[in-house]
Amino acid sequence: MTTGLTSAPKRTFVARLADWFRRSAGALALLCLSSVAAAEWGLNMTPGVTDVSVEVYKLHMLIFYICVAIAVVVFGAMIYSIFQHRKSKGVTPATFEGSTKVEIVWTSIPFIILIAMAIPSARALIQIEDTRAPDMTVKVTGYQWMWQYEYLDEGLNFYSNLAIDSNLARQLGSEIDPESVENYLLEVDKPLVVPVGKKVRILLTSNDVIHAWWVPALGGKKDAIPGFINEMWFKVNTPGIYRGQCAELCGKDHGFMPIVVTAMADADYQQWLDEQTGRTADLAEPADTGSAVTQTAVVDDRERSMDELMAAGEKSYITHCSACHMVNGAGMPPTFPALAGSAVATGDIAAHIDIILNGKAGTTMMAFGAQLSDFEIAAVTTYERNAWGNATGDVVQASDVRAQR
Amino acid sequence: MSTETLTHDEHHDHGPESGLKRWLFTTNHKDIGTLYLLFSLLMFFVGGAMAMVIRAELFQPGLQFVDPAFYNQMTTMHALIMIFGAVMPAFVGLANWMLPMMVGAPDMALPRMNNWSFWILPFAFTLLLSTLFMPGGAPAGGWTMYPPLVLQLGDAFPFLIFSVHLMGASSIMGAINIIVTIMNMRAPGMSLLKMPLFPWTWLITAYLLIAVMPVLAGAVTMLLTDQFFGTSFFTASGGGDPVMFQHIFWFFGHPEVYIMILPAFGIISEVIPTFARKKLFGYEAMVYATASIAFLSFIVWAHHMFTVGMPLSGQLFFMISTMLIAVPTGVKVFNWVATMWRGAMTFETPMLFALAFLFLFTIGGFSGLMLAIVPADLQYHDSYFVVAHFHYVLVPGAIFSIMCAVYYWLPKWTGHMYNETLGKWHFWLSTIFVNVTFFPQHFLGLAGMPRRIPDYSTQFADFNWISSVGAFGFGLSQLLFVYIIFSCIRGGQKATDRVWEGSHGLEWTLPSPAPYHSFETAPEIR
Repeated sequence: MTTGLTSAPKRTFVARLADWFRRSAGALALLCLSSVAAAEWGLNMTPGVTDVSVEVYKLHMLIFYICVAIAVVVFGAMIYSIFQHRKSKGVTPATFEGSTKVEIVWTSIPFIILIAMAIPSARALIQIEDTRAPDMTVKVTGYQWMWQYEYLDEGLNFYSNLAIDSNLARQLGSEIDPESVENYLLEVDKPLVVPVGKKVRILLTSNDVIHAWWVPALGGKKDAIPGFINEMWFKVNTPGIYRGQCAELCGKDHGFMPIVVTAMADADYQQWLDEQTGRTADLAEPADTGSAVTQTAVVDDRERSMDELMAAGEKSYITHCSACHMVNGAGMPPTFPALAGSAVATGDIAAHIDIILNGKAGTTMMAFGAQLSDFEIAAVTTYERNAWGNATGDVVQASDVRAQR
Repeated sequence: MSTETLTHDEHHDHGPESGLKRWLFTTNHKDIGTLYLLFSLLMFFVGGAMAMVIRAELFQPGLQFVDPAFYNQMTTMHALIMIFGAVMPAFVGLANWMLPMMVGAPDMALPRMNNWSFWILPFAFTLLLSTLFMPGGAPAGGWTMYPPLVLQLGDAFPFLIFSVHLMGASSIMGAINIIVTIMNMRAPGMSLLKMPLFPWTWLITAYLLIAVMPVLAGAVTMLLTDQFFGTSFFTASGGGDPVMFQHIFWFFGHPEVYIMILPAFGIISEVIPTFARKKLFGYEAMVYATASIAFLSFIVWAHHMFTVGMPLSGQLFFMISTMLIAVPTGVKVFNWVATMWRGAMTFETPMLFALAFLFLFTIGGFSGLMLAIVPADLQYHDSYFVVAHFHYVLVPGAIFSIMCAVYYWLPKWTGHMYNETLGKWHFWLSTIFVNVTFFPQHFLGLAGMPRRIPDYSTQFADFNWISSVGAFGFGLSQLLFVYIIFSCIRGGQKATDRVWEGSHGLEWTLPSPAPYHSFETAPEIR
């Protein structure tokens, strides 16, 4: 059952090939105008939007220019020598074979240059490592393959997944042109929202393997390590949307867990916060998981039609389940079992709901009970029981899921 | 002079056995050197084919050819095969062929162990490559094998560990052999400071190998017990620390980087003086610089881990120690330039590769220096900037030096000159394409593209297709290399004993091709 979600513009391989040649010809011409090319092609690091990122950018340019200066001298000498000191010019080779004085000179000069480089670097590093006195703290947890954001002081908590249109386009052989997807692979369903001008401390950890949280415009990255908490901080100067990605190989979908940070003026942020926490205000204390706070606490037992559940289910399935079980339900055995025709998806309904709610110990199947609402789990269950030829005709309602929590 | 007369004229000398048995049971350093080099060439193409899969998938945004899981298997296997299968065995092969001839020894000191250390390798790589056909596929957690990710591997996991053990055992035996040969079998009168640079750099490399390969073996054994025997060295929930693996791994990994580049320094130090017709400038400084780099390589490992959350003091220490490596490395580059200075250079293929090494390795050195600066590294880390950096030091660095050595000594090995015109074609194609492949990756990294991803945002599309075109060109150019080598083995213009006008050193006093047994009577060094 594939609905309208998968129909995006399609182009043949040949058409794309022709397009590259056209674009590349133009782009090569652009390269001659280096300033234009730098903007068009992303040749260099960008200064970013925090004081630290600007500092890092300046440091990067400083070292770069020092390297260029050394290169001009060394490569200049080499090129001069290659053209002047060649046998075809009839030269006789000199006989000198060393000089302690010269060795001392070219040992000490680089040494001095290095010290000159180390001082501003150390200064910047001390600034980067100073996580004291934050205005707010967000705990970020890496999962295979999404991020969880917990606003520790505000009691707000949500997961951030790859946006659904990118997710569909990135499937092997999807034939959806990535160019037709806005912010391809760099868009999420729920971004991290922060106020500008406030020192935001990030506490990083992971639920499974090591990930790394990297938004270039915020000035750097840090690893999210299971069992450990790492700290970093940023203070955004300019409102805007800043995009990044996981930067530490974390398995199959390492390339598909982007990070989006929306920085807004403090007033807008407060308003956003009220909207979010308004929904979660009457939350019961989470049971024993400590960190888990369900996103939609308002009890929602409305009966839904099969069509409504299937449509919502497909969306949720693609966002949360398709990384392992694949969009077509075929899975990737043996690690990720198929759902199409599987015993779980066509057998006992309660057992099916249970495995989604609580995961399966000893496998990579995680518990979604904390992450998805009763309605979403009901929709996904319904979808899995009726898609890809699993024509059980079963309809699972939110109340069924709530009964099993 | 033909091979026939040479192998039969001295003493009760005997030539090689015939057929397959010659290669299976050989204890001759030249045969084993040839085996190592051919094995390395084969692995170069296996690893290269994987690189072609990677670049084909990255040719345009979207997934066209392979799924992300298989893509990760390709990046992981490409690295393991290129490092342990192509670059390291090539240097050991060169050492086997050349060290006895350069120090005036009749053979390697431990010939039977020499045979064993080679013949372990085909088994190690059969184990490793067989994982491609197992349920769950080949290793996909990166060649760095970081837990907990590596523990998610399927049936491939124990095969990965055991093949790494075997590669380590082979390297350690090779290293012991080299140290024993150099320390005990130099010709009378050849003091250590009269020894050519290639044996010198290999001597230091061999000590590095013995120091760090057991560390790698220990690290992967701990992974094995974590997986199968209930230990939790690297599992936080059991009181372990996943970061500890990274410390242990990079304590091996950074010296490993120099294991792959110090012999290259030795080769370049042989080749440039030959074609500049001038003695190596600052011989002793070169030796001391090599030793300094080797020492520093043990105290810089955590610069691979600046993002794991180390204390400030730790980051500062590793930043400064890493930057210090630029000093001895700079000394080497300056000495090579001074060797060229006021020489009388000619530009045969080995010299061309040596000069490309000098330019392009230095570019890799510059990006390495940039990566040492911690605040900037927090941006560069795990981006394509790093990919560009280490490919610049490994491809036009280590691999170009190997090609340089092959062209330089091939006439001595085969008795024939290689085809100079084709050699130059091979050089220019390789040099142009290697830059087309890897230079744009600097830009990709700075623009924010992480490494080890099978698909990317459309803003990275342009440089990626350029890089892919370069990679395909580089890959195809290497077929020319194979053709040149095999046609040189089959025949060609007869090589003189000295081969090159400016050649210097004991190996050039032997006939070309070098007889099956050489220096049975040690030469006298003045």
